[in-house]
Amino acid sequence: MSNNFIELSSTLLYTAFFLYLIATVFFSFTIGSKRKSDGKAAKIGITLAIIGFLAQVSYFITRWMGSGHAPVSNLFEFMTFFGMAIVLGFIIIYFIYKLPVLGLFALPVALIIIAYASMFPTEVSPLIPSLQSHWLYIHVTTVSLAQGILTISFVAGLIYLIRQIDQTKLTRRSFSLEVILYSLILFVGFILASTLFSVMNYNVSFEQPTTGNNVVEVEYHMPAIASPNDSTLITKDVMNPWFETPEWMHGADAGRKLNTLIWSFIFGTGLYLLLFLVFRKRIGAVIQPLLKNARPDLLDEICYRAVAIGFPAFTLGGLIFAAIWAEEAWGRFWGWDPKEVWALITWFFYAAFLHLRLSRGWHGEKSAWLAAVGFAIIMFNLIVVNLVLAGLHSYA
Amino acid sequence: MKKIKCECGHVNPEGTVLCEACGKPIEGNQHIDGNDKKKLLNMRYDGTARRSQTYNKSIVDKIWSFFSSVKVGVWLIVIALVASAIGSIFPQEMYIPQNAVSRDPAIFYEERYGIFGLIFYQLGFHNLYSSWWYMILIALIGVSLVICSLDRFVPLFKALRKQRAKRHETFLSRQRLFSETETVSSEDWAALKEGLKKQRYKMTEEDGHLLAEKGRFSRWGPYVNHIGLIIILLAALLRTTPLFYMDEYVWIREGEQLVLPGTDQEYYIKNKDFIIDNHDPNDTRFKEAISKEGGEVPSNYQTDVIIYKAKQPEVTGAEPELEKIIEDDIRMNKPVKFDGYAVYQQGYQLNEFTSMSFKVHKTDDPDEKALGSFTIDLTSPKSEYKLENGFRVEINKYYPDYYLDDDGVPASETNYPRNPAFVMLVHPPNGEEPEISFLGIGKNIDATGENDYNVGITDFEMHDVSGLRIRRDYSLPYFMVGAVIFMIGVIQGMYWQHRRIWIRPKDGGILLAAHTNKNWHGVKKDIEKVIAGTKVKMVSDQQELDE
Ligand code: HEM
Repeated sequence: MSNNFIELSSTLLYTAFFLYLIATVFFSFTIGSKRKSDGKAAKIGITLAIIGFLAQVSYFITRWMGSGHAPVSNLFEFMTFFGMAIVLGFIIIYFIYKLPVLGLFALPVALIIIAYASMFPTEVSPLIPSLQSHWLYIHVTTVSLAQGILTISFVAGLIYLIRQIDQTKLTRRSFSLEVILYSLILFVGFILASTLFSVMNYNVSFEQPTTGNNVVEVEYHMPAIASPNDSTLITKDVMNPWFETPEWMHGADAGRKLNTLIWSFIFGTGLYLLLFLVFRKRIGAVIQPLLKNARPDLLDEICYRAVAIGFPAFTLGGLIFAAIWAEEAWGRFWGWDPKEVWALITWFFYAAFLHLRLSRGWHGEKSAWLAAVGFAIIMFNLIVVNLVLAGLHSYA
Repeated sequence: MKKIKCECGHVNPEGTVLCEACGKPIEGNQHIDGNDKKKLLNMRYDGTARRSQTYNKSIVDKIWSFFSSVKVGVWLIVIALVASAIGSIFPQEMYIPQNAVSRDPAIFYEERYGIFGLIFYQLGFHNLYSSWWYMILIALIGVSLVICSLDRFVPLFKALRKQRAKRHETFLSRQRLFSETETVSSEDWAALKEGLKKQRYKMTEEDGHLLAEKGRFSRWGPYVNHIGLIIILLAALLRTTPLFYMDEYVWIREGEQLVLPGTDQEYYIKNKDFIIDNHDPNDTRFKEAISKEGGEVPSNYQTDVIIYKAKQPEVTGAEPELEKIIEDDIRMNKPVKFDGYAVYQQGYQLNEFTSMSFKVHKTDDPDEKALGSFTIDLTSPKSEYKLENGFRVEINKYYPDYYLDDDGVPASETNYPRNPAFVMLVHPPNGEEPEISFLGIGKNIDATGENDYNVGITDFEMHDVSGLRIRRDYSLPYFMVGAVIFMIGVIQGMYWQHRRIWIRPKDGGILLAAHTNKNWHGVKKDIEKVIAGTKVKMVSDQQELDE
């Protein structure tokens, strides 16, 4: 019975994914037109996005029914939820501002996040004692919703930057923008590498000594460029590792993570270069002419408004609910654990954003850059802190 | 104080930029808000006179000006942000892992992270968040927040109360949203008012001039949220005192009864049982995940406890009388709470040895018939045990948690009886020289190979140990109040906006201007609705995007 729910839930997630994809295509049709929301393509796009969102909500509910707990308990579930929150943030902002071009960027970001999520173990896992609390889903869902809305601020800022920055010369600004776009492509690189090697069913194993006289077996699913520190290869007829993961990279599975990172860079960079060869221009310059009709003042307004909506929600979910839960579970509402520190940093950052905008008049481009930095901080907290800086929170 | 009288007759305090009553720019003060270089008026604080911008002579003025600058505030926030990030690069001292080679920070950081670890430690970053300079930084943010808020709140509050509907022409034309309509019929005027009412604007009229306003209360949002922050900072200060905050940790064996530390001998706790449950590995839902985790995923850590309250005895020194007040289980996410204290499940240690029983027999006796037996209580091992028939066993060395160190010398890894081992001297009854035996789990070594008597383990008992955290935190309600006030403040300031629309009659037509503190899109929508069906022109957005 419960397994049927889980199967149904993954079908629903696929459905949502494809609906978002098709919706993106429809939003791309709106690009040339001067009209705003009344275009047919935009209407179809937003309808598909909403149906996709509902499908993903159903995924969430059925997975919850199947596993017996809210599916926000491991990295896969959490990231997928974050993707859903981005779509919700987009839908809300769309109905306030009716700006179809937002969908053309917001949905792909959500798609990348969801695809990235599904590269992590997707089976339902039982809850360990520390996660057995209602606060798990109260806290995690509010934080993600807030981060989803804050992501819309980044999306609006990104469109603003692509539209406004002078692409005729290579400047610090056009270069930085290109770095942002390249980073997004790196995620695609990660997805490509993971998919390719998992289709090939690639496997290498190493033996790595640990404390005492024990040896653990470490398995890679990608060809080993960086082997685990101090290990010996035990699989035959595979590519020899090029170098060893340095000793100071300690976290669990440091070698595998480094190796995956290298492959993501290889595929992502390859993809970027390919695009560059095809267009013979910076990606920013390729997209820029398509955005002629987007109104910068509206984009700027959205960039700010999304922060205005997301900031209180983030405070509530990421700091207040987090503290209440930490108090219940560990008996201390604040403990300077890396995850907590990075929640605080995120909060400080958006507080600075608001103050700069309000009192120092950082509008337009400056504000758009800040929104991009804010998103980088959110992603850092989701990915790097989870995977690298070990702490009490690191699940996955 | 130099007062400034405006042509409308209102007397403004020194330093005013826009007349409090009619909004006319006051000559000579336009540089204060930067209006001299721009077409649009800076409406941030409605052009009120702020102390920080007006007085800059005495040292107090200078300090006030310094802290009331948002630039300074933002810098402080950014520095705190960067510092916090640095502190998260390596684990803080309290998070040095249990299994580290050395938990001494002087060794740990360098050993594990090399030169960067050494620098991290030497700069004191391993205790960054409780360092004096981090505290000062946070305190400075607090000071800045208070001064900054006072500097603006008071004049803004007064100005918004005194504002008049009748505004100067330049005030209107230099607003971001502005339009001029040449002729406006009286029907259109009526429609405008009707529309504004429908949009729930509060209207004041003065000589045919109109001010429509809504959401003014949202202007106080930032000040309210800053008050919340101040309360939180004060609560954090309170919490550093033992009066408000107590935090203790105790290890307690199954069956053991202890005074709860930190409670002034007032409460006792007994550990009845410690339990770990695992998820059922055959649960079809979780099968795959559990097998990936190696077959065991815990589902519950639990200590069954009894808590007693001690009635202080009349005679000092006598045993207190214990009254049972709670019998309950403590689990993760389910602390036990009583009289302001809370006890949390925090750690455990499985399978420590409680006691071990031994017997002595002749080495060459195939039946190993006991010549004598004894039991070592590992919670309080004695140095010597006298057996029934005259044997004496001296405990020469005791390793509670035996291992062979790098040089092959026996040592104890911890002080907990997890893998006990002994060097025993067996004194036979006849007064002969003692024989040396080495005994441990699965080890029985006769050092000389010539022992006449052998010692063997016959039985042992084990227990689990539970790690409990005891806390009392009277500062929590203050944090809660601060957090609630903060939330009210941010929601008030972010989800509502202060919108104002001014209409000024001019030669049979009108000037229409509008200002909002945020969400310009929203106020434009309002105006569109208000003027729908009239000949009044839509406002144009005169914003100068500065790129
Ligand atoms: C981390 C600490 C702080 C937080 C979370 C915080 C939060 C906020 C928020 C949410 C707003 C409203 C912003 C908006 O409406 O867009 C605000 C406004 C403001 N804050 Fe802070 N603040 C902090 C520290 C400071 C500091 C240190 C200063 C002093 C320099 C300061 C001065 C101001 C001022 C002047 C305003 C604008 C009030 C207005 O113009 O209506 N804040 N603050």
